[in-house]
Amino acid sequence: MNVLLDFAMRFAQFCFVLAMLAAAFRMLRGPSAQDRVLALDTFYINGMLTLLMLGIRSGTTVYFDIALLIALFGFVGSVALAKFLLRGEVIEP
Amino acid sequence: MTLETLPAWAAIPAALLLILGGLCTAIGSLGLARLGTFFQRMHGPSMGNTLGTGCVLFASILVSSTLANRLVMHEILITVFIVITAPMTAMLLMRAAVYRSNSK
Repeated sequence: MNVLLDFAMRFAQFCFVLAMLAAAFRMLRGPSAQDRVLALDTFYINGMLTLLMLGIRSGTTVYFDIALLIALFGFVGSVALAKFLLRGEVIEP
Repeated sequence: MTLETLPAWAAIPAALLLILGGLCTAIGSLGLARLGTFFQRMHGPSMGNTLGTGCVLFASILVSSTLANRLVMHEILITVFIVITAPMTAMLLMRAAVYRSNSK
């Protein structure tokens, strides 16, 4: 039965790497700035999922903490960039 | 108990959830790369990422709970966080895009 789980993990990792490649393509290509911010948002979530997959494969909880930190700081970065695009300033007086 | 001796009742749903999550994420991000305008590109990643994250985290909860012989729920933190924050990022980006396309 572990053959099935191993195949599923490899397949999921391949899918996440494909998704990260698509997001990187859009980040480099993107015609406008909001396209690049959206691609960065997709990119960090896919990186977090790849780390979670490594955590399932290795059976330790260290990867979970890294994934939680990536989710937190990625959200802060995306919101700061979107706020900058919207108002021209991140923290308004 | 290790990952090699995981019983079938936990391995099969975990494998199905992982395959479903990987497919959702890949389809969403390919939509980000292929669709035409920015407002079309919004849809792909927000659907794919939320659904893919949910599937992968439930598979992780299933596997680690079975390995530890008790309920391990700390992955639900990431699920709740992503479900709360993904619409917020999408809404702010939408407002920025509408503002920038109007003022151009």
